[in-house]
Amino acid sequence: MAEELADRPENSAEFTFTDEQTQLRAAVRAFCAEYADESSVRTSMESDPPFDPGVWARLGSELGVLGLAVPEDEGGAGGTLVDQAVAVEELGAALACGPLFGTVYLAIPALVAASEPSDILAQLVEGTRTAALAVGDVAGEFDPTTVTVDAAPTENGWALSGNVLRVVDAGAADSLLVAAKGPGGTAIYAVDTDSPGVQRIPLHTLDLTRPQANVELSAAPARLVSGADEAERVITQALHVGAALLAVEQVGAAQHLLDLSVEYAKSRLQFGRPIGSFQAVKHRLADDLVALEHARSTAYHAVWALTDDTGDALDPALAVSIAQATCSAAFTRIATDTIQVHGGIGFTWEHQAHLYYKRAFTDAALLGSAEQHRTRVAELVLGIPGKDAPRIATGTPR
Amino acid sequence: MNAVADSGLVTAAAHRVVADHDPRKVPIPQFLGACFDAGLSWVHFPEGLGGLGVSRGLQTVADRILQDAGGPVPLALNPMGYGMAAPTVREHAQTDTVRKKLLRPLATTEDIWCQLFSEPGAGSDLAGLATSAVGDGDSWIVNGQKVWTSLAHRARWGLLLARTDPNVPKHRGLTYFVLDMHADGVETRPLRQLTGHAEFNEVYITDARIPDTYRLGAVGDGWRVAMTTLMNERSALGGSASRRGAGSIGDAVALWASRPDLHTPVLRDRLTNLWLRAEAQRLTSERSRATATVGGPGPEGSIGKLVGAELNQHIYEFCMDFLGPEGILYDGYATPDEKASGEDWRGSVQQRFLRSRANTIEGGTSEVMRNILAERVLGLPGDLRADAGMPWKEIPRG
Repeated sequence: MAEELADRPENSAEFTFTDEQTQLRAAVRAFCAEYADESSVRTSMESDPPFDPGVWARLGSELGVLGLAVPEDEGGAGGTLVDQAVAVEELGAALACGPLFGTVYLAIPALVAASEPSDILAQLVEGTRTAALAVGDVAGEFDPTTVTVDAAPTENGWALSGNVLRVVDAGAADSLLVAAKGPGGTAIYAVDTDSPGVQRIPLHTLDLTRPQANVELSAAPARLVSGADEAERVITQALHVGAALLAVEQVGAAQHLLDLSVEYAKSRLQFGRPIGSFQAVKHRLADDLVALEHARSTAYHAVWALTDDTGDALDPALAVSIAQATCSAAFTRIATDTIQVHGGIGFTWEHQAHLYYKRAFTDAALLGSAEQHRTRVAELVLGIPGKDAPRIATGTPR
Repeated sequence: MNAVADSGLVTAAAHRVVADHDPRKVPIPQFLGACFDAGLSWVHFPEGLGGLGVSRGLQTVADRILQDAGGPVPLALNPMGYGMAAPTVREHAQTDTVRKKLLRPLATTEDIWCQLFSEPGAGSDLAGLATSAVGDGDSWIVNGQKVWTSLAHRARWGLLLARTDPNVPKHRGLTYFVLDMHADGVETRPLRQLTGHAEFNEVYITDARIPDTYRLGAVGDGWRVAMTTLMNERSALGGSASRRGAGSIGDAVALWASRPDLHTPVLRDRLTNLWLRAEAQRLTSERSRATATVGGPGPEGSIGKLVGAELNQHIYEFCMDFLGPEGILYDGYATPDEKASGEDWRGSVQQRFLRSRANTIEGGTSEVMRNILAERVLGLPGDLRADAGMPWKEIPRG
């Protein structure tokens, strides 16, 4: 249990950023302002693939922000998950197009967690290759009984057969990491998408910046990534890291929207005064600020919990569920309020509000909904009271 | 400033105090006096005035050590003293003689403090207050009525805001004083509240005399001085360090665990939502403490006050709905002797429920808190004010 996290004085470092992290944030923000501005996002989201591979490669090689938490000897920056989170927050704020979810949030953490070195990890970090995790999650957790792909041994590896539905970023991915049932149990395999027997059917998604595809494998050649002895641990770790980074993305995007709404409320005049001077508007935005600050605290707490390797009582699963429940609710709320505060213009295709609104409801549904994470939090915390119940007055003299 | 060295300094000082003055054995004033002399009462204060001149964030480090050893929570014993008077006296007293004379007995809790701000005619619009202070040689003669003064009957000193010039706009005609509650012309009467208890008082001030040396800040500068106090009050009310699951959410979880016969899925989800909000706020307090500077609390403290108040109400409303028919009994409305029963001063669940109704009014209404967040943090324009620029004596009152 994550009981006494707050009791260790050194944890006061939890919410502070280093100078390097502040510089990293500024660098990603500047890059996004130039290469992931609104018009680039709009162009990308209606292109095939729905991102600019050149920009993606620059994010990987020039800026080096795709594998910040990957050890140096595996081709990464050798930093921490907090570094990766800082970059993700800015990319989320810009709604930067590219396979962040499939590659950075899930595939890279899975390959880092796997005990065997990977032949594709360095290329994913460089941005010269992208990947998706074709593992169905149940509310953000792995359930081996839901695996729908079978693995059969071949002369020089494995052959996978089966379908995985609604895989984010699979459509343009070069590699798929697939959970499949083999003779020894469920393991993780890598499949190159240009191999025979791999079919991907792109799906129209609500959020055009976060594409999905159904994956159909018929005896597709595959390499073993993680054996049955560790696959569950690896996938669980990837899902937790992914959920924490997703929460940070939600924070970045929500901050962008709140800034947008505040600027609009200051400049939009009705009844001869800025609409932000009306309490009905400013109180809504004040509540959004509270939601955003709560979201930020829980998201970075989850990232920190996953970074902490002191092996003490901290429970990353709880921290991740707290973050997902809080950030999904905050981002959808703020995206909704952004449209309301903007009035008619906020409902147009021309205005950027809808791009974020669609991302908000997409993010909320991915890796477990707020409700599902709330259920998990309830299971983890409601059974263990930390103190005695207060006295109940009985209506009789004491 | 070397943060690591400072942290070591605070840690060493706290361990020394605990070793030399075992809080489980020596009287509370003696222990707190030792803390003051060691600079641990307010670590960011200068040496000799109860501090060590180090970052405010390190207070948590000291408090953990002192309280883990069985030391009291000073803020609970002398809330207005620690939360409000100390920072105001430190910053605005005219001489170090006054500072020294007031701060040490405040720290030991031998001198309890109260706050004389609100009046029957000045609640949210505090700057409209009418209590007058008229100069008379090297002292001031004060007349007026204050209300909602907690601890006035036990207090030795009161923080007083009074009008020294009725001919200028309301914010400009105020001056801040320290009033001797034992002085002639100061009369305290209990004010019974809807719980049946009387935690607050009315204070009638008739020709009471204050030496000019007990003025805090310049004549006419009382509003700015009061803002120091209020910011500290709000961060004290909403921002104290706590452990996961402590405080009122701990009451609700303990009550829940003690009565499995009353569980329903709908109530469980409601409690989980409250738990998550409490945890997000706890993490946000941790975060603002971690990033706090010696500069003192900012408007962000208003988040803690706003959320803490509404959350407390929602938590006890939950407790009442959870208990159903059992919840609508009470201990009776006869005003009990103070701490007669020796139990938790907050009393039964039902009493806590009734008491929580004041949370969104006292220390700044939630409406005012939202204005502060919107205007000072988000930078939204202020509301139109009917009394802008008007001399105080011409403002309609009623």
